[in-house]
Amino acid sequence: MSDNAVPAAPLEPPVPITKPVKATGLHIGEPAPGCAKVDPILVVDNVRRTFGGLTAVDVDHVEVPRGAITALIGPNGAGKTTLFNLLTGFDKPDDGKWTFNGRSLAGVPAYRVARMGQIRTFQLTKALGLLTVMDNMLLGAKGQTGENMFRALMPFLWRNEEEQNRAKALDLLTRFKLDTKKDDYAASLSGGQRKLLEMARALMSDPTLVMLDEPMAGVNPALTQSLLDHILNLKAQGMSVLFVEHDMHMVRHIADWVIVMAEGKVVAEGDPHEVMKNPAVIDAYLGQHHDEDIGEDPDAEIVHVSAVKELLDDER
Amino acid sequence: MDWGAIFNNAAVELISPTTAAYALAALGLAVHFGYTGLLNFGQAGFMALGAYGYAISILTFGFPVWGAFLVGVGASVLFALILGIPTLRLRADYLAIVTIAAAEIVRLLFTTNTFASVTGSANGLSGYKNEFAALNPLADGSYGSGPFENNAYDTWLRIVAWSIVIIAALLVWQIMRSPWGRVIKGIREDEDAVRALGKNVYAYKMQSLILGGVFGTIAGMIFALPRAVVPSNYQTTLTFFIYAILLLGGAATVLGPIIGSMIFWVLLSFFSGFMARAVEAGWLPFMTSIQAGQLRFVLVGVAIMLIVIFRPQGIFGNKKELAFVR
Repeated sequence: MSDNAVPAAPLEPPVPITKPVKATGLHIGEPAPGCAKVDPILVVDNVRRTFGGLTAVDVDHVEVPRGAITALIGPNGAGKTTLFNLLTGFDKPDDGKWTFNGRSLAGVPAYRVARMGQIRTFQLTKALGLLTVMDNMLLGAKGQTGENMFRALMPFLWRNEEEQNRAKALDLLTRFKLDTKKDDYAASLSGGQRKLLEMARALMSDPTLVMLDEPMAGVNPALTQSLLDHILNLKAQGMSVLFVEHDMHMVRHIADWVIVMAEGKVVAEGDPHEVMKNPAVIDAYLGQHHDEDIGEDPDAEIVHVSAVKELLDDER
Repeated sequence: MDWGAIFNNAAVELISPTTAAYALAALGLAVHFGYTGLLNFGQAGFMALGAYGYAISILTFGFPVWGAFLVGVGASVLFALILGIPTLRLRADYLAIVTIAAAEIVRLLFTTNTFASVTGSANGLSGYKNEFAALNPLADGSYGSGPFENNAYDTWLRIVAWSIVIIAALLVWQIMRSPWGRVIKGIREDEDAVRALGKNVYAYKMQSLILGGVFGTIAGMIFALPRAVVPSNYQTTLTFFIYAILLLGGAATVLGPIIGSMIFWVLLSFFSGFMARAVEAGWLPFMTSIQAGQLRFVLVGVAIMLIVIFRPQGIFGNKKELAFVR
């Protein structure tokens, strides 16, 4: 993917009809990298992951606030997805520990992390193609009796539970406007619908923290607004959200808090409008020498200037 | 040419115990490959463990039939655990390599002279049928009619073999429409997604490997009962025949492996009879009868290729699924 810090997309970003209510007063003290939160749901300490000689993630300390939408941004290769994989148990760090809801998650396998209520989605959607949309949804429900091999042979043990899950799934599908597709294979859905399905499926387990890896990647603009509303709804229902995103308009629109990563480290944190002005963030995206005339590529310089201008324009 | 005899011999295979054994082994592979996406290329190894486990328990240790049965099943559960523990965390292709190698190791262990006193080495084992025959409730005499006429022992064996196949098919049908089956099919599609939803993928894959492996083991016992246990029967080609049956019938289906096995054996028997008589009648002057015997596998191969090309989802597979195959 191209570096979306330069939002040169020809399409206009979706214009918010109503401005979402932002959660404020999340942090204690100055909004510096690693600053303490009033009520953190996820606390990360000294997590490091290297691939050979490359240090992909090296986070000293970071806290994710509860009941808010937190964006994790940064240029390509900043280690956002690697950090995601580490926090959800899909990858093992070289070092470090982190807690979710006060419980340590270091060394806990991915499926247990999910059972604790920290559910993730993937950058490349993982809809289960040859299962129906309904089966995809039912798979999301937690603690099913019929998922035990021996109890599976005795349908009377799990029939009621299955009916309840089905009703719940149908309710969620209706909210995500997928109810008419419930008997189709997930493979027949469009890319955007798969994103919606993946999010709806994650909600089947009533998570406390939803982690979305680039929820907008590859989604057509018409569907973006609906996805944004769904994410805002998660907060309204009391869930916390942590998402990775490249689209700055979206980040500004819905995020209550922004964590900026660059080269594996957290370089800035803060309110989405303030953090864009942070010199460390501009350096991270545009390179440290973006304001010096290198004198070789004037076009590139114009792009940079207009990008910074746009970042500042959006403040209003 | 005696067409009557050719068709008669082919019809015999329709309900023969060997057909039942292949159907059951293919049903095990359907659980592995069709539903879970596990590439098990060692089904012949599971079958060998069943056959030898049963025969050795009776001949060497004098176990009753049920004890020998349990020994075979226990051996295959152990085999599945040994295969699965190191490989199920890895990508699917590794399981394929490990299972094909492990099945060969099993076969060579049964072939080696070192254990000849127990395994009979390359000559194999025989003379373990009396215990099973003693359980026969049927009076002596002949049962059935036409190509399906058999003596009491053979009829008893057919009843037991096909009863087991039917029970296994009902079991697979029930378990695959349960939430357990849903997780299993999810793992086939994308195991990381299933893991992210809080399912212990490793445990599910292990359960699937054991379930399908036990089917293979019981199939090995049924396969051994009408003949002797000979190690050369359990070569890799056996696994590939079972894969052919599975793809013929439809990989993620319950009836597919059973009907696929019937078609496979009827075709094999038909071509075998036809070729032998065609050479006898001088229709194929360029061919010896030994070459003709081998040619039946070529013809079965061609028949299977035609089915896979023109009906790639198998006989019972869902055509809709193929529209989305990556």
